[in-house]
Amino acid sequence: MSRVLAAAGAPRRWTGVDRALPVWAAVVLALVFLMALPLGWLVWMSVGGGRGLSLRHYLAVLESPAMVKALWNTAVLAFWVGLASSAVGAPLAWLTARTDLPLKGLIRALVLASFVTPPFLGAFAWVMLAGPNAGLLNVWWRDLTGADGPLVNIFTMSGLVFVVTTYTFPYVYIMVANTLALIASDLEEAAAILGAGRLTVARTVTLPMVAPALASGFILAVLQALALFGSPAILALPAGFHTITTQIWSLFQYPPKVEMAAAVSMPLLLATALLLLVQKRLLGRRGYAAVGGKGGQRRHIALGAARWPALAGCLIVMACAIFLPYGVLAKAAVSRAWAQPLTWSNLTLHNISFTFLEYSATPAAVLNTLELGIATATIGAVLVALLSYVTNRRLIVGHQLVAFLAFAPIVIPGVVLAVALFIAYTRPPFVLYGTLAILFVAYLTKEMPVGYAQSDATFRAIPPDLEDAGRILGAGRLRILRDVTAPLARSGIIAAWCFIFIGVIRELSASIILFTPATKVMSVVIFDLKEEGQFGAIAVLGITMLLLTFATVALVQHVLGRDVLGVRD
Amino acid sequence: MVSCRRQGYDPHTMSTLMRALTLVLAILLGASAVSAQDARIEAAKKEGKVVWYTSLALPSAEKVAKLFEAAYPGIKVDVNRTGSERILSRVMQELQAGIKNVDVIHTSDAGHFVLLKNKSLLTKYTPAGVDRFPAGFKDKDGYYYGLRATVNVIAYNTKAVTAAEAPKTWKDLLDPKWKGKMVTAHPGYSGVIATHVLALVNQYGWDFFKQLAQNKLMLVQSAVDPAGVVASGERPVAVDGGEYTFYQTRKKGNPVELVYPKEGVPLVVSPTAIAAGAPHPNAAKLFTDFSFTREVQQVMADSEGLYTGHPEVKYPTDKPKLSDLKLLSVEPEELEKRNEEIKTRFVEFFGA
Repeated sequence: MSRVLAAAGAPRRWTGVDRALPVWAAVVLALVFLMALPLGWLVWMSVGGGRGLSLRHYLAVLESPAMVKALWNTAVLAFWVGLASSAVGAPLAWLTARTDLPLKGLIRALVLASFVTPPFLGAFAWVMLAGPNAGLLNVWWRDLTGADGPLVNIFTMSGLVFVVTTYTFPYVYIMVANTLALIASDLEEAAAILGAGRLTVARTVTLPMVAPALASGFILAVLQALALFGSPAILALPAGFHTITTQIWSLFQYPPKVEMAAAVSMPLLLATALLLLVQKRLLGRRGYAAVGGKGGQRRHIALGAARWPALAGCLIVMACAIFLPYGVLAKAAVSRAWAQPLTWSNLTLHNISFTFLEYSATPAAVLNTLELGIATATIGAVLVALLSYVTNRRLIVGHQLVAFLAFAPIVIPGVVLAVALFIAYTRPPFVLYGTLAILFVAYLTKEMPVGYAQSDATFRAIPPDLEDAGRILGAGRLRILRDVTAPLARSGIIAAWCFIFIGVIRELSASIILFTPATKVMSVVIFDLKEEGQFGAIAVLGITMLLLTFATVALVQHVLGRDVLGVRD
Repeated sequence: MVSCRRQGYDPHTMSTLMRALTLVLAILLGASAVSAQDARIEAAKKEGKVVWYTSLALPSAEKVAKLFEAAYPGIKVDVNRTGSERILSRVMQELQAGIKNVDVIHTSDAGHFVLLKNKSLLTKYTPAGVDRFPAGFKDKDGYYYGLRATVNVIAYNTKAVTAAEAPKTWKDLLDPKWKGKMVTAHPGYSGVIATHVLALVNQYGWDFFKQLAQNKLMLVQSAVDPAGVVASGERPVAVDGGEYTFYQTRKKGNPVELVYPKEGVPLVVSPTAIAAGAPHPNAAKLFTDFSFTREVQQVMADSEGLYTGHPEVKYPTDKPKLSDLKLLSVEPEELEKRNEEIKTRFVEFFGA
């Protein structure tokens, strides 16, 4: 009732411009620092940066064969990752959401594990698994078949697509599985009663209904691949090709070509914005009345004898995403030479003791990571909670704009954000470069949309009726916030905290440009070690990072009392 | 200091007052001369740490750091290990942003030190004992000194390649039979490799690298990494890389053998210097002196397999003496001047 009133724009007693002012001031200030200033500098630098307006940096990008090649490689990578992620994620989602597949809970847990695994760790593990000569899978292959050539060569474009897909398909999975969970089985059953076979039902009824979700998942996967830095740096550079992200990063070498980096960032920024626009359109089309209704039952389709091959298929995907990479990381962590069999003489604790006791960068990096993770998550969670409370309860004029702005950073890929922040905060009036503050700003900007989405969903689920009841009984707004709203929203906000925290501790693409030796974080240290080929130490730090991540995920599952992916049984 | 004291005792040139004043000064200075080292240690301890940007292989760098920390308890060494070229980028970026973080800079690209010296970013400091080092280890203006040296060699995996098959000369690497079987480190990351590339370009021209690229090499970054790649068998042959890293890898029992081409091996002398704005200047000097002591230089020669400029250092018997090798040297000035050319042309040929 009150919601209807509010939606109709009926004035609430406690709505007033005076109250809106400080909120707006804070929001505007935050957004200026997080987005407007850096992006303004980015555009400014790309068109000449005060040395006369010109498009020469853009021309330089277009005239450089290397840059054009990098742009093309990124397009190829993103397209195939989108396609492959859809091909893997959608069937997996259908199997776990709508069939009687065995071990569904396990499969879902593994999809979640793949979702939170830092992609650069996966890429690194796959170097050990599928390097054409020393890669363990290729060694086994040769031993088994006596073949000369490798089974797979990970240092290729297809290898890169494969590894990126392995950690990107969960985006498609989440979109599709959540939609499938909302579609009642009535229509499918009607089709079946009318004599359609299982495949025909899937093709003519189910598929059209999930099509928008699938397309949207495809776009999310493409966006992930566009913005990725670590995997291309680990797999494409040894093969002698660049993607945009690695190219931008290499422009920071001395003498740095920041203007060129700014110019080459623009296509990436525009592509992201455009794709998100398309995605919004797709999801916004609510022509699918059958999706989202509360009624109807969702029945599980019996797979019959196909259950076991289906399960095997799922497990093969999970072997690529989890079992094999985690296994080889664990092996590298405890062996002297990762490529040799794990015999007693090859077993060692040296990697662990070196990483934590001898390598002096480790303690500072772990500390910096935790500090940044906790600070960003805490301040970010408070910020998104306030913003989503304000927007959901429509407390101020222009709340729609606030909601839009809170979500806007999602269009900025990490590397581009880093270039923008680097330009903005290495010069007066705000010199933040060299401090943890610049990383904090980067992380907060980057993770805000995720946190906002989570806390927005939380406040949506809390009807304002209870708050109104409190007011009728005479409680002040702050008291209601404390005694009614906060307890209800608590678990949702803690989940937002965890999402931000997980995002921060794995962040590499922005950190790699913004760190200084005094402000190293774990992901950067791992990348440094990669460049020197210190496999054992990387494995140890990588596993530490995974443990931190999984501990956080377990916390979310606990406070939410449900699956992090939001997928219902 | 010394001349001041001598003057103080000369009765003919000084008035009584001056003499008295000078005497006081001399006593103060004399006292401090005795305890100059103690005073520096005290000051360094107050500073608490020294920040070292180094391109020395990580385990070796940490070893030097631990030795220093054991010798001077209370002064921590902050090891920031990355590639030479990355170090230069860092230093210049920090400078531009007005950040003072680095104390001691040590890379394998001698050209960097010419650049930094010309930009007045180095402190003039002569470490104790370096006067006896060979000329190639000393800057004529006294800003930087060679802490260690290595040469670039060819290496191969003995399980995959026999000694007879193995390439013997740099030109052997151009043979198409090695296509897809070799690894190179990157001059855009490593100073050892940047020096190597220039030395071979001076010898054979860029055409050598253009042809080499036809063999589709695997690209890694650090000059330390080819040793690991060859040891694991990921690529059977390394076309470059710090000799000391192959030496260490072989010593650990890996199937790796080294080839020192007869036409000559590029010599890489890696200088060290104190940054002009060093936030811990005393600790920086103490650390620099320490790194040139016979003890540390001997460790570098022994367990790490490096060459040094120290005349008293003894080398392991299982590797050639520097004097037995034909060395290809590169002038730091030339390295500085052609820095950009080396990187862009390499990327042009090898793709990334």
